[in-house]
Amino acid sequence: MQEYLLMIVAAMFINNIVLIRFMGNCPVVGVTSSFESAVGMGAAVVFVATMAGTTCWIIQRTILDVLGIEYLQTLVFILVIAALVQFVEIVMQKVAPPLYRALGIFLPLITTNCMVFGVAVLNIKEDHSFMETLVFSLASAVGFGLVLVFMAGLRERMDATGRVPRPLKGVPITLITAGMMGLSFAGLLGMV
Amino acid sequence: MEPVLTAVLTVGAIGMAAGLILGVAAKLFYVHVDPRINEVADMLPGANCGACGFAGCTDLAAAIVQGNAPANACKAASDALAQRIGAMLGISVGTLERRVAQIFCQGDAARAQRRFLYLGIRDCRAAELVSGGDKACRYGCLGLGTCVQACYFDALRMGPDGLPLVDASRCTGCGNCQAICPRHIPRLIPVSQKAAAFCGSHDPGKEVKEICEVGCIACGLCKKVCPEKAVEIDRFLAVVDPATCTGCGLCFEKCPTHIIQAVVLSREAEKKAA
Repeated sequence: MQEYLLMIVAAMFINNIVLIRFMGNCPVVGVTSSFESAVGMGAAVVFVATMAGTTCWIIQRTILDVLGIEYLQTLVFILVIAALVQFVEIVMQKVAPPLYRALGIFLPLITTNCMVFGVAVLNIKEDHSFMETLVFSLASAVGFGLVLVFMAGLRERMDATGRVPRPLKGVPITLITAGMMGLSFAGLLGMV
Repeated sequence: MEPVLTAVLTVGAIGMAAGLILGVAAKLFYVHVDPRINEVADMLPGANCGACGFAGCTDLAAAIVQGNAPANACKAASDALAQRIGAMLGISVGTLERRVAQIFCQGDAARAQRRFLYLGIRDCRAAELVSGGDKACRYGCLGLGTCVQACYFDALRMGPDGLPLVDASRCTGCGNCQAICPRHIPRLIPVSQKAAAFCGSHDPGKEVKEICEVGCIACGLCKKVCPEKAVEIDRFLAVVDPATCTGCGLCFEKCPTHIIQAVVLSREAEKKAA
């Protein structure tokens, strides 16, 4: 039990997928202009990354490893993630229309989110068991969502005060903020 | 088995399986979408110019069908098209006069002075940032063709004198050129407007005269001579009111710098408007 707890803390905060591993930076800048869209994107990623992580693990262990074609990992994982996102979108539109409308454009965007692919690869690289894969994928995605939500909150505040110098408005101040968040998260390095 | 064969077959099989699952899912979880949305979307121009305020033509089509937008909300569609959409959905459509872009500056290289030689990025927005542009007139066309690139409908091109030309038959009045121009020199006017003062300068007459041969010097002769009182001087610039102007042409001759002129749209545009 304890190692799972440690793994969750490590994946969420200490080795945060965005700020420490530098994956999925695009949505951190792109969809954090409002709090709602950040929450929507975060929720969609938590859902998709967990499913993609576990599905990719199963395919790696039952097909790629058995046939000795591990070198096709990148190709197959991307294929699986793209198909999975489409599948989730189709099912969600039917089963949960309000959720579908809330996530909206974010679902197809996740297809190209490198964080989802990154988590799937990390699971294989660090030789996780199935249970570990599930926990690690979930925790990493939650860490990603957290950063998104933090960033959206900060940006809304900065916009509201209107005290950002003109040349730094928009993306520049976001990148500076992301750098500072990264530094503060780096303070946790080496804890686990 | 050949390694390459294994690879091809495996990836192929996974792709096939994924495709099969998606196909079955699309059938199983089919959601009924109002077919009228697609029909309306097919009728709309499909340029996704965004002038209506919605995120593209499909989004507008959904809004029209659901009653959240009027049938003539598309700025680029002709009146006839709006009527057809209205007829299909069984809603009445008010008529809205078609508008076209016109270039409100005539200061070409020969007639308007420049303050310095600009060699930067070939984009008016960039040129405007360099101490307010190279034109001596801060209302004048910078002539780098940003509006031409912004036009989705191929209605603008750069003329030989370095000013953009409007092909009124292609112009849909979406207003993208006006929005992207740092000085908003392309402006939308109703197609029925007979005359316009093709200058945008609000500088006082003396200053205009020093830097441009074809600028409005706010002498007010046009205002005096107009029998319909259709010309007003707004902050040192003559403005023609399209509602009252009859196009009699008295002001054309009086204007010392000949900036008030008849609006000439191409023949196709007149036919379309009629």
